[in-house]
Amino acid sequence: MLGATVTGLALAPQRSRADDTSPAPAPAAPVRSAEAVDIVLQVNGSPLPLTVEPRTSLLDALREQAGLNGTKKGCDRGSCGACTVHVDGRRVVSCLTLAVRAQGKAITTIEGLAVNGTLHPVQAAFVAQDGFQCGYCTPGQIMSAVALIEEGHAGSDAEIRSWMSGNICRCGAYPNIVAAIRDAAQEG
Amino acid sequence: MQSFTLAAPNGLDAATDAGGRGGRYIAGGTDLLQLAKDNVETPDRLIDLEPLPLTDITVTDDSLRLGAMARMSEVAAHPAVVARWPVISQALLASASPQIRNMGTIGGNLLQRTRCGYFRDTGFACNKRVPGSGCPAREGENRMLAILGTSEHCIASHASDLAVALIVLEASVDLRAPDGTTRTIPLAELHKLPGDTPHVETTLRPGELITAVAVPASRAGMRSHYLKVRDRASFEFALVSAAVAIDAGAGTVHDIRVAAGGVGTKPWRLPEVEEALRGHPLTPKTLADAAALAGQGATPATQNGFKQVLLRRAVLRALQTATA
Ligand SMILES: Cc1cc2nc3c(=O)[nH]c(=O)nc-3n(C[C@H](O)[C@H](O)[C@H](O)COP(=O)(O)OP(=O)(O)OC[C@H]3O[C@@H](n4cnc5c(N)ncnc54)[C@H](O)[C@@H]3O)c2cc1C
Ligand code: SF4
Ligand code: FES
Ligand code: FES
Repeated sequence: MLGATVTGLALAPQRSRADDTSPAPAPAAPVRSAEAVDIVLQVNGSPLPLTVEPRTSLLDALREQAGLNGTKKGCDRGSCGACTVHVDGRRVVSCLTLAVRAQGKAITTIEGLAVNGTLHPVQAAFVAQDGFQCGYCTPGQIMSAVALIEEGHAGSDAEIRSWMSGNICRCGAYPNIVAAIRDAAQEG
Repeated sequence: MQSFTLAAPNGLDAATDAGGRGGRYIAGGTDLLQLAKDNVETPDRLIDLEPLPLTDITVTDDSLRLGAMARMSEVAAHPAVVARWPVISQALLASASPQIRNMGTIGGNLLQRTRCGYFRDTGFACNKRVPGSGCPAREGENRMLAILGTSEHCIASHASDLAVALIVLEASVDLRAPDGTTRTIPLAELHKLPGDTPHVETTLRPGELITAVAVPASRAGMRSHYLKVRDRASFEFALVSAAVAIDAGAGTVHDIRVAAGGVGTKPWRLPEVEEALRGHPLTPKTLADAAALAGQGATPATQNGFKQVLLRRAVLRALQTATA
């Protein structure tokens, strides 16, 4: 599924088909023509002009069009958290966010966390605590963790686990992820 | 996913007018877009509810009013909700993930569609998705599905935790029709039993918009509790859940409402449990005897008979916790 997504993405004229990355066998539904619209997103503090269809997810806009590949696509259905970004300071899943609806809002992705090459404390804590194996879920984990700490939900390991439950890690790096968040929260 | 247009209405009139002409409302989009990605729903015109003034959470001495576009996370964290209607906050915090709760709205949550796997996969027949095509769940994967309110045509469980909490609080729903008329209905009358038309899920009229949910204040509401039993500790739909609101001052049950989730084809009130408690002394025995009545008339399928026992135990635990 991921492979198909990545190959399809390079072909802008075939967006409508490339967009359909459903893992489940779906019947060949007729694809109606859609009007592309010009939008400007505010991503990591900079304006990002894009041309998207109304159905384009924020995730696809970031990855395919803006070349911001740090945000990952796992399930594309809201159930894994790999695509987590911040919109106006709130953590959301970008796969279920329409890019056109993100206009006028401040979007932060994993690429926007480090300042002048210095890692964000949560990024540094993930490195120090080895909070990942393959790293695929990591950008989403870190975006969720940064928000979790700001929300005030890092009071205990149990609380961290509960408030990180929207981020799945297939490598099972959970103990180290919790340790990294605990460290980063104590530091801040 | 098929393509669609997205209209940003400049007010309620424009929104319901477009809804009356066949457009589909999009709130947080967390269910609608998931269904659209899988071609289960194929909307061609979406109406964005975000520009509408429907996000307020208003608290008075007598009631709580939740705008249809109030987000799940904001309602869950609202201090008055936590203090006076805890069952709402608990049900919301047990729902989905922090990210989804930051997006999902009160109106959208009540109208989310079933998680029956056949419904959500267009490779299968499903009476709810394609009327008359059949119900593979009856003989297939039905462990998660309903044991109450089922019909031979559909046994899908209603998935909303919030709705279960709101029916014990006897909430009502404010609606606005495309011609501008408004009406208020009890939440208990919003969802329909599947019967022989499982594709008709609510009593909403074409284009009708949910504008708010109103919740009366009550002593029982202040002593309310939500218990959710699921396959993992978090980020999972309910196998069984129980919502309880109880007023048992001076050791006698004056007011009691009990409902269950995960077991019904709609949010399921349990009057048999309530009647066994109302007016009776609050003792471990009366609680246990009442809970043992939960789920009368259940019609389990091949894999979900365990829910009958789980329901009785969940109801008892919720009653015990609410009165502890
Ligand atoms: C991974 C995942 C896990 C989840 N787990 C749970 C869980 O454990 N418990 C639970 O209860 N829920 C769960 N959900 C469901 C989630 O709570 C709902 O998707 C969400 O509440 C829907 O709200 P929304 O605003 O995003 O609705 P949308 O997706 O925008 O809309 C849903 C439907 O409601 C209609 N609609 C929306 N607002 C209105 C309105 N004001 N008037 C009329 N029609 C309207 C839309 O047209 C659409 O048909 C989960 C969802 C996901 C993706
Ligand atoms: S239970 Fe209902 S939703 Fe599930 S397959 Fe049968 S008809 Fe479809
Ligand atoms: S890709 Fe968005 S939640 Fe999985
Ligand atoms: S590190 Fe591999 S999925 Fe989390």
